[in-house]
Amino acid sequence: MNRKQRRRLQEAFFVGIMRTSLAGACLVLGTILAVITVRGVGALSWEMVSQPPESGFYLGGGGGILNAILGSLALATGATLLAMALAVPLALFMHTYLRSSRIANGIRLVLDVMWGIPSIVYGAFGFALMVFMGLRASLLAGVLTLALVVLPILARTFDEVLMMSPKDLREATLSLGATRLEYLGVLLRQALPGLMTALLLAFGRGIGDAASVLFTAGYTDALPQSLTRPVASLPLAIFYQLSTPFPEVQARAYASALVLTILILVVSLLAQLSARRLGKHVIR
Amino acid sequence: MEAEIRRDGAVLTPRYDAAPGRRPGTARVIKDHLARTGMVVISAATCLLVVLIAGALLIRSLPLLRTQSLGELLTSSTWQPSHGAFGFAPFIAGSIAVTAVAMIVAVAPAIFTGIYLSEYTVARTRTRLKPLLDLMVGIPSVVYGLWGILFVVPLVRDHVGPWIDGTLGQVSPLFRQTNPSGYGLLSAGLVLGIMVFPLIVAVTEEVLRSVPHEMREAVLCLGATRWETTLCVVRRRGMAGILAAVVLGFSRAFGETLAVMMLIGNSVQVPRSLFDSAYSLPALIANNYGEMMSLPNYESALMAAALLLLAVVLLFNVAARLVVNRLTARS
Repeated sequence: MNRKQRRRLQEAFFVGIMRTSLAGACLVLGTILAVITVRGVGALSWEMVSQPPESGFYLGGGGGILNAILGSLALATGATLLAMALAVPLALFMHTYLRSSRIANGIRLVLDVMWGIPSIVYGAFGFALMVFMGLRASLLAGVLTLALVVLPILARTFDEVLMMSPKDLREATLSLGATRLEYLGVLLRQALPGLMTALLLAFGRGIGDAASVLFTAGYTDALPQSLTRPVASLPLAIFYQLSTPFPEVQARAYASALVLTILILVVSLLAQLSARRLGKHVIR
Repeated sequence: MEAEIRRDGAVLTPRYDAAPGRRPGTARVIKDHLARTGMVVISAATCLLVVLIAGALLIRSLPLLRTQSLGELLTSSTWQPSHGAFGFAPFIAGSIAVTAVAMIVAVAPAIFTGIYLSEYTVARTRTRLKPLLDLMVGIPSVVYGLWGILFVVPLVRDHVGPWIDGTLGQVSPLFRQTNPSGYGLLSAGLVLGIMVFPLIVAVTEEVLRSVPHEMREAVLCLGATRWETTLCVVRRRGMAGILAAVVLGFSRAFGETLAVMMLIGNSVQVPRSLFDSAYSLPALIANNYGEMMSLPNYESALMAAALLLLAVVLLFNVAARLVVNRLTARS
């Protein structure tokens, strides 16, 4: 074999490996979705998603997981809104007052590192804080802890969106004599669709996170009622149903997982649509 | 005072906020300054959160650290909370082992996929493939755990396990199928590897794409194949970045809780074989929060475990992020 053939073979070999890796990943993703769908569809019923658990639910009794669905939605909504109150000014601050400075990069580093902190650590911190403040496991404590998990995700995603805004926009606005704050308003208008995407992304992550709400939000069979009461969440509902020894309850866990996966799919689909559709007033 | 209309149509309105001695537009400037101060406070508070978290966990774990030295806690393998013996060694060993399995599974395919996305695909293919990777990140860990129970555990128990036991198991006790249940390091590691795969892909791709195009063009001009060009790019700039991607993947895997807890078998022992069940640090915290208050120093021990987790993840993350930032900023 001459040199040219060998090089061609090498090229084909590595392209083959790379394509196989990518195809393997897609295949695994397909298997995950297929297994969850096939096993979940059997136990899925209208009763499952429209009723709270009745007594004896975990022994195979009637009822559904409405408590967990509503609880998860409440937790994720609260956490996203709370995180938004901090993350949005933070990201805008980096792009109006601190553009491309060392401090902005420092903040980015801190946010990236916070993104990497496992949610169980946030959960333990939330628990320590609860003990300190004399709170019990409740929707409020869960929202506070989940907001910490979601904050860096929201801030960094929104930061990336702001990075895409045209440079001319800043120069044009500031050259008209606008203050930085007035420029911030212009920038916010420009980045609004991106903010929606970031919010939905954070919301999706909030729904799926279990380790942080495990200590702090508790679990209950009742529907969420007040900020000071415990709430159920979908991931924990799946986990608890799975820990029972009864096959019919476990089958419900599969159905709950399907519900959770569909919720996540819908949210991420909305996130992608919002990026495309809401850009009516955006300068490109 | 009335508005004055100039000949070219501009309307000059009188300034109502103009107090004597003040410069024009002062209210706007004051507003600007107030907003700035507010945002400085928010940013500082956010950055201090990490310190606050570490501080709170440290304070809560002090009662335990007073009675036992750190070295003793990290190396002792007796875990008997009712006797006041808190040895973290089995959990640390379990966490490291399961993460190692995950990395062995994920690293090579993830790096190849990252290279493929950055060097071999056009922008349109990338934008089509991106949502798939995002979806892999977005799937909750409890769903991964459930998939592991339904699909990976039976696979390991009935097919992979006997096969590895029959071949490699004859050579080394590391590969003996000691545990017929299927719940153990291999199952948990496989699922964990799939979970960190998209992260490693994303960082690898980001780092490689920051290498300037001129470099690739120069190498291609000399008649190199695409793969040879890739090797050049990786050798020149990508090595540190790929290493950083792996470290980031490692620290993400190290802190993963629910999926590992559902698959690893949760028995307190230092694992000796790929199939042994073990116990990871995050699972320790998550599984025992219920009894936390019942025994002296128990809560403190779990907080110390969280602190340990935080310390490892912070160390790895800061180092890797600094490398990535430096590589991507230079272009």
